[in-house]
Amino acid sequence: MGFLVVDRVSHTYFTEKTAVTALENISFTVEKGEFVSFLGPSGCGKTTLLSIIAALIKPTKGTVFVEGKTLDCARASAGYMLQQDYLFPWKTIEENILLGLKIMGTLTETTKKRALDLLDYIGLKGVETHYPSQLSGGMRQRAALVRTLATNPKMLLLDEPFSALDHQTKLKLEELVWQTLKDYEKTALLVTHDIGEAIAMSDRIFLFSTKPGKIVRTFIVPDELRRLSPFAARQHPQFSALFQSIWKELDQLETNK
Amino acid sequence: MKQTNEQIHSFHQQYIASRKKEKRLIRFFQLAIFVSFFSLWEVASRQHWVDPLLFSSPSAIWDLFVQKLADNSLVTHTFITLLETLLGFIIGTVAGACFGALLWWFPRLAKTLDPYLVVFNAMPKVALGPILIVALGPGFTSIIAMGVIISVIVTTIVVYSAFQEVDANYLKVLKTFGATRYQCFKEAVLPSSFPTIISTLKVNVGLSWVGVITGEFLVSKLGLGYMIIYGFQVFNFSLVLMSLLVIALLSTVMYQAVSIIEKKLMKHR
Repeated sequence: MGFLVVDRVSHTYFTEKTAVTALENISFTVEKGEFVSFLGPSGCGKTTLLSIIAALIKPTKGTVFVEGKTLDCARASAGYMLQQDYLFPWKTIEENILLGLKIMGTLTETTKKRALDLLDYIGLKGVETHYPSQLSGGMRQRAALVRTLATNPKMLLLDEPFSALDHQTKLKLEELVWQTLKDYEKTALLVTHDIGEAIAMSDRIFLFSTKPGKIVRTFIVPDELRRLSPFAARQHPQFSALFQSIWKELDQLETNK
Repeated sequence: MKQTNEQIHSFHQQYIASRKKEKRLIRFFQLAIFVSFFSLWEVASRQHWVDPLLFSSPSAIWDLFVQKLADNSLVTHTFITLLETLLGFIIGTVAGACFGALLWWFPRLAKTLDPYLVVFNAMPKVALGPILIVALGPGFTSIIAMGVIISVIVTTIVVYSAFQEVDANYLKVLKTFGATRYQCFKEAVLPSSFPTIISTLKVNVGLSWVGVITGEFLVSKLGLGYMIIYGFQVFNFSLVLMSLLVIALLSTVMYQAVSIIEKKLMKHR
């Protein structure tokens, strides 16, 4: 059995007037240490899927297993990173990165030191006493990554974490996140609508159709690209070949609607 | 290069000088309005352009002020009013914030109480004055109750809506760590609503003065409100105006104190 098993998950949002099905019959397995991307147009339920895996919402149908256990038992096993950093502006960077540990009641000298070491690793040494407003967008998103990793989650859920950044910062951060996840051997799920980002970072790509969200195709990223860091992968000839085929597939999805 | 640096420096000096000049000019006009208002008042009263019995004059008010200060009655009345206002302000604000938190904590309670809050908020609270005096007795307690009742409902409503407007993504961050409702409140809801709570403090300074002065009008025993209503009844308008000026001064001081607290709390936003 895989590290993460999503078994026939469907989710419908109810309001008094409508019932909108966001996800329909999603099943897949992710191995430990694997990097998987969900690619698709907006409104295909990608964020809903991440919220279900993060145990924030309960799916209408289906089950999610982490290391063979259902989600209720494995609560808060995932670290979640949002589109924006959502650092708390009234807390210092140190207070922000220790927030998860504090909430989970696992803040000790050891875990605190680990979080501060992580801050150092990610290149933010010396900003502990700063407030988020004193940092640039890229630095803030890096601090948010430290906050997510500080609790040592089993897997990382990335919900378009680079979409609010300028292109150069985004490329640098992709590189940094990729390297960090490889160093700490984390399983990661990335939601994105950027084809290039999905290819550059992941091992496998699930292509989603919209309304309702369904997995229409799975792309396996070739070994040559997987071994390369995101920036190097973008330069590889195989990259544009895969880009083209995903592009065509997405285009077809749009026209078939 | 050195020359341009010097140039920039001199431009900067010019800029600073022009800002200083602007500030001095504003101060001068503010002072000019103050001085000319009171001198015009004094002259108008002495020349009988206005009836000095009704509008008094700055010098008459000053004489009365010195006299009342000497016989200690002003201090007693001011002290009692200030105490009532501070208590009304603090109780009203704290109770309002607590009610707001209670409504946030129990959404069903909030939905149930919604129409009642709307009615209470719309109603002129000073109209409850006579009932309060009957219920709590004509004195200190019912005057404070006036100060409280006038600010508590609006504080509840404003604080509750601030709690609701907290960016859901901050709560999402906390919930991914498995935060309880209390942790969400303590870490995100309360601190992010601080700016709103502070701005209700500013509104409540004014409201509690209204409540307390009206209460003193009704009870008519002690305080600056009593001095105003007494002065009105015996046609001593110097007394009325003097009390007014003392109130204006004190409420300004209170407002400034809240502003200083605001600056301290808002340092990092």
